[in-house]
Amino acid sequence: MTPFIFTRLAQSVLVLFIMSLLVFGGVNLVGDPVEMLINPEADQAEVERVIRELGLDRPVTEQYWYFLVNAFKGDLGDSFIFGEPALKLIIQRMPATLELALFSLFISLVIAIPLGIYAGYKPESKTSKIIMGGSILGFSMPTFWVGIIFIMIFAVHLGWLPSTGRGEIGTFLGINSSLFTLNGLSHVFLPALNLALFKISSVIRLTRAGTREIILQDYITFARSKGLSEKRIVLVHILKNILIPIVTVVGLEFGSLIAFSTVTETVFAWPGMGKLIIDSIYNLDRPVIVAYLMIIVTFFVFLNLIVDILYTFLDPRVRIKGDGQ
Amino acid sequence: MNPKIKKIKEFWKDFSSNKVAVVSLIVFMLILFVAVFAPLVSPTDPYDLNTVSIMNSRLAPFSEDFSGNYFLLGTDGAGRDMVSAIFYGLRVSLGVGVLSGIFALIIGSFFGISAAFFGGKYESVVMRIVDIQLSFPSILVALIILAAFGKGVEKTIIALILVQWAYYARTARSSALVELNKEYVDAARCLAFSNTRIMFKHILPNCMAPLIVVGTLQTAHAISLEATLSFLGLGLPITEPSLGLLIGNGFEYMYSGDYWISIFPGVALLITVASINLVGDHLRDMFNPRLH
Repeated sequence: MTPFIFTRLAQSVLVLFIMSLLVFGGVNLVGDPVEMLINPEADQAEVERVIRELGLDRPVTEQYWYFLVNAFKGDLGDSFIFGEPALKLIIQRMPATLELALFSLFISLVIAIPLGIYAGYKPESKTSKIIMGGSILGFSMPTFWVGIIFIMIFAVHLGWLPSTGRGEIGTFLGINSSLFTLNGLSHVFLPALNLALFKISSVIRLTRAGTREIILQDYITFARSKGLSEKRIVLVHILKNILIPIVTVVGLEFGSLIAFSTVTETVFAWPGMGKLIIDSIYNLDRPVIVAYLMIIVTFFVFLNLIVDILYTFLDPRVRIKGDGQ
Repeated sequence: MNPKIKKIKEFWKDFSSNKVAVVSLIVFMLILFVAVFAPLVSPTDPYDLNTVSIMNSRLAPFSEDFSGNYFLLGTDGAGRDMVSAIFYGLRVSLGVGVLSGIFALIIGSFFGISAAFFGGKYESVVMRIVDIQLSFPSILVALIILAAFGKGVEKTIIALILVQWAYYARTARSSALVELNKEYVDAARCLAFSNTRIMFKHILPNCMAPLIVVGTLQTAHAISLEATLSFLGLGLPITEPSLGLLIGNGFEYMYSGDYWISIFPGVALLITVASINLVGDHLRDMFNPRLH
């Protein structure tokens, strides 16, 4: 058990180190921030002063070393554009991304589980075939394009929902979120639905497969022979048994919602971390790019580490294999 | 009858049992044709500055300009015919998607099969890298590469290869492990064939079926991902206008109601990706022994 966790931990650190090297090295080879950041009319002395101030005159290896040391202190450099610490900028925008991802997770479960159960319960019916066809379509539709269509229909054409920004932000139990105001909810709805689309398709497939398996189990036959209503069988016996694996998988995939929110945030001008990174790439704002990538990679590395460790508790086979290594 | 032809006939009989997959295959063939022969089938050359006139910018679908040129799907902001722009865009999108898919297939199956063949430390290192990479969402892997190294054709292709190779490696390894236990591999070993020959002449052809299934689904995914990256401005440069870039170009005109500039390239993208997915889905069912 312990050696297993230790190997995984060492591996996570190694991944982070390789990432930092890759990200920092790569970002430093791209473009010339001096040219982009300094007023073209500035004189030579001014240019040199700014270069020194940003640390761009030192050799790359030295810059990397300082970056590594400072990263451990939680200081990932100041944004070239905003002049504020990159870490602070990202943390400021994190709640917006999290609330978008959470809300879209909620939407996808509410929509997909009933549809998936139906498709698994009556696999031969026309509606089920339409649902399954729809899920393939959902897989195939590029998220950003669907977002554009949402904006066109619901914001431009019908004018029902706003298409940009986060709207009014309410406070509840000390948490600031646009989920707590009606105006905020109207803003979050379209982007969240857009982000949820892919997840809806995959949860439908997952639920359907699970339902088809469960329906063959003895306890369903038993429940039927006991004379329980079909409604009770579906709502209690099937739903309960299917929820556990689905919630596990979807929970684990929460990270992918955050990664994909970059796209949705850009389309809907949602002021989250995703939009920040895209804007920063445009502006060649190196500290923010580096900080974002490091934060998101750390996030994923630890998410995976926790999942691995949790599995060793849940599944003894993993534990035995880990000890054998 | 030639056994090869017989095999193909049997395969086709199996494949054509699903009408949706057949229609999807035909649609995809048409798209492929249009993409390959884009300069011949397009009404105009959208990137020839002599024929494109800014006077025609943002014409609605089904309209004509003063000199009688007809624009079935309208024109974009620079006055380019949308039909031609989409045909040329398909060429770029499919080209990048298929090219990266082939490279990823080669790299992935090389590592997958050799990992299964040699086993030991080498296998565990390779498969560990595969596992680690697959624990990151594909868009994040691509984003890291492109954010760190900047955009461009080669960089986009490299990013797409990196995103995909792990899937091929995993599939190749698991099917190679099954093949390794078969007698023909023992026979080849007894004949003292070289490892390379056994791996790639004997084992690889027998792993092709699952690799092709992964290949179709991954190619669809790669095309979609490239479009997303190009839309975000991270993927291909404007000199290689893929469908994603066309959609992105139209995005700025959305709010003024010029829907066609974004919508039609997106429809083309959707049809392409969906047709590949439907074919791949059916192939997967065909090769899945559990369903027979």
